[in-house]
Amino acid sequence: MDTIMALVVGTLYATALYMMLRRSIIKLVIGLILLSNAANLLIFTAAGLTTGAPPLVPDGASAPVGAVADPLAQALILTAIVISFGVLAFAVVLIHRAYEIVKVDDMDQMKDTDT
Amino acid sequence: MLLAVLSGFLLAFVAPWLARAAGRYSGWLLALLPAGLTFWFASFLPEVAAHGSILFEYPWVPGLDVGLTFYLDGLSLLFALLISGIGTFIVIYAGGYLADHPDLRRFYVVILAFMASMLGLVLSSNLIALFVFWELTSITSYLLIGFDHEDEKARKAALQGLIVTVGGGLALMAGFVLLAMAGGSYELAELLHEGDAIRDHALYLPLLLLILFGAFTKSAQVPFHFWLPNAMAAPTPVSAYLHSATMVKAGVYLLARLNPSLGGTDAWLLLLSLFGALTMFTGAVMAIRSTGVKRMLAYSTVMALGTLTLLIGLGTPTAAAAAVTFLLAHSLYKGALFLIAGILDHETGCKDFRDLGGLRGKLPVTAAVAALAALSLAGILPLFGFVAKELLFESVIGAPWIVVAPVTLLALASAVLIVAAAAVVGIRPYFGPTVPTPKHPHEAPPALLAGPVTLAALGLLFGLYPALAEHQILAAAARAVHGAPVELNLALWHGFNLPLLMSLVSLGLGLWVFSRWEFVRARFDRHLEPRERFGPERGYELFMEGIVRISDWQTRLLQNGYLRYYILTIVITLVALTGYTLLTRYPVVPTPNLAGIEIHLLAVALMTVLAALFAIITHSRLGAVALLGAVGFGVALVFILFSAPDVGITQVLVETLTVILLVLVIFRLPGMYALSRPRARYRDSGVAVALGGLLVWLLLLIQETRFFPSISAYFIENSQPLAHGRNIVNVILVDFRALDTLGEITVLALAAVGVYAMIKLRAEDRQK
Repeated sequence: MDTIMALVVGTLYATALYMMLRRSIIKLVIGLILLSNAANLLIFTAAGLTTGAPPLVPDGASAPVGAVADPLAQALILTAIVISFGVLAFAVVLIHRAYEIVKVDDMDQMKDTDT
Repeated sequence: MLLAVLSGFLLAFVAPWLARAAGRYSGWLLALLPAGLTFWFASFLPEVAAHGSILFEYPWVPGLDVGLTFYLDGLSLLFALLISGIGTFIVIYAGGYLADHPDLRRFYVVILAFMASMLGLVLSSNLIALFVFWELTSITSYLLIGFDHEDEKARKAALQGLIVTVGGGLALMAGFVLLAMAGGSYELAELLHEGDAIRDHALYLPLLLLILFGAFTKSAQVPFHFWLPNAMAAPTPVSAYLHSATMVKAGVYLLARLNPSLGGTDAWLLLLSLFGALTMFTGAVMAIRSTGVKRMLAYSTVMALGTLTLLIGLGTPTAAAAAVTFLLAHSLYKGALFLIAGILDHETGCKDFRDLGGLRGKLPVTAAVAALAALSLAGILPLFGFVAKELLFESVIGAPWIVVAPVTLLALASAVLIVAAAAVVGIRPYFGPTVPTPKHPHEAPPALLAGPVTLAALGLLFGLYPALAEHQILAAAARAVHGAPVELNLALWHGFNLPLLMSLVSLGLGLWVFSRWEFVRARFDRHLEPRERFGPERGYELFMEGIVRISDWQTRLLQNGYLRYYILTIVITLVALTGYTLLTRYPVVPTPNLAGIEIHLLAVALMTVLAALFAIITHSRLGAVALLGAVGFGVALVFILFSAPDVGITQVLVETLTVILLVLVIFRLPGMYALSRPRARYRDSGVAVALGGLLVWLLLLIQETRFFPSISAYFIENSQPLAHGRNIVNVILVDFRALDTLGEITVLALAAVGVYAMIKLRAEDRQK
């Protein structure tokens, strides 16, 4: 299953990069969303995939019984998900505002700082 | 010793206030420090003459094994005495020369800092410390050449000097690192005994060339000599101090210092003696061509620096003796002559020999001192310059056969021209018809005369009693340069021999050249002027223009203003570097791990991939949003299926919010049009696939090998006992890594403020 997940991560990265290289500004946003999903999944897969053993300590015990999934990677991704949403919200509003002012969606025509 | 080196910096800090308090006598007051240092250094003379060297050690960065060590032997003591001794007179002189200058106090700060740097340079035993002081002298020199910063010429000259010497400094740094690798130490005191190991090391030639590059730029050797005459834009005390007596000799000092470690090879002999001889001759020719007082002196300094390099390169005991003798003689007479040039400028307002004449009645002391110093420059009995010149001729005659012919000829020719230049310097302004000058000339005040009188008198004293200089310092200095004891036998009169004959010839021819100065200059000008377009100074200008052009080109290339090209550059670099490293360093093919594939997992994976692929080809904005939602929920399912329930829940929530946000905004945004050309799309898909492939490969490799255990074990074990939490992920977020979470909250808050501000601003725009 690890190999399959690696392929999923690779595909997400490739699609994200392709979208970020487009000239249309909305495609840049789509690329950004795909990229954050890809990065989260990358960390998750790199830490190792475990089924049926969430990192929880059972009642009355001081440590989990047996091997559990890597809690550190999950904590990192939790942080990353929330931050990427914040960044995405900011980017979407920024792009919307830029489009309102310059009235173009082609990034090649947004080269000048003067409008 | 540490205090002695650093006292100049300390005084520099308080100099402005002291100078203000002392008023007219500020120069005399501040000169107390260099004068005190001179006497303090002089107190080491007997010990150094008897034992050879003293080592002072202070810890600096003990953790890195970098110490501040000072090495005092004949050579460094000679330099330290010259620096502090001449420094004393320079500070006194500056007090008078720049008395009315509004920036006199700034001048004191920089010149004292320079003096301290120079002392550090010649006394440091640690190569790193030496390099730091070396660069400090370049920087202070820059500030002093550009002292009249409102004058464009001065600024340009300062920059030129800085770029040439600091460029050499970079090479020197690299050379030092190689030297330390070859010699096994950063301490000069140890490197001096590692000569054989260094000379046989494979890195010898590269490190020699790098160090020579540094030394040659600093000491204005051909082809880097052009910056020195331009540096004469500095006030005269600076020219006398930095650009004749001390800083430009730093390169020579380094060569002399490293002679026992690096010298004695054919490369050393050829490079130093030929570059030195060429510099000597170039300096002499340019000196006789110049008419500006300071310019002529500057070129004669170039000549002297070439002579010193030549002598160090020859490597014979006589040459070592000649080098230290010439060094002392030159500092004495050239310092005096520069200070006199300043007096002439100060008292008459003239800077050119052609505007000066018949001043001996008005400036009797100056004229007498100038005559003494010029006699020493020409090398005439009974001055110290004569002793040095005899030794110089003796050294070139006794040079190794391979270089003897060119260096003897060049030395004789240079001597002829320098005798002529000395005659111009010593005779021209004071004799002949009186020429009217812009200022009414009168004798200089004591502050200006103290330096030249003392220096010229010392030149006469050492000429009459050369044994005095020899026993006190020169024998020890020559031993330090040569690496073994040297018999000096300095004397005015050695009987009738070849050096004396050469001296007489140079004197006769030199006086003839002086009598026909205008004619000789015209001949030189006719032959040399057309060629100057191709000279090294033009090379410097082309180099600077080239730098501007290249930076222009690379800025256009890298800062092109297209986001996608920035991303492309970064990604291609990443893929190429990582891919290359993987192929060459870690050629392992990972085995696919297909264990544990279940149909529902496969379905989720397939859905995510298909949704992502369709998201990039669709032209419908709403369709893209829906597909992105599918990708997000697919990822959430992966989290949930692989034991990360909290992450999964968060992902579902955030994904829902994202979709809502996009749906709200998407129809206010432009449509999705294909703007790129097909070629660009093929290129981008290629790069995208390469990045995806690289990441797949890396992930597979990571899953096979763990190079070190994860730190997660600590969190798993201590979550309950230490933090009393059963959900380990939550405990990490709010307890173990709580600061990270605080950072996350801050980012979110900033993003929220940004979003709010952008919406709010729009509202205000509409109101207008």
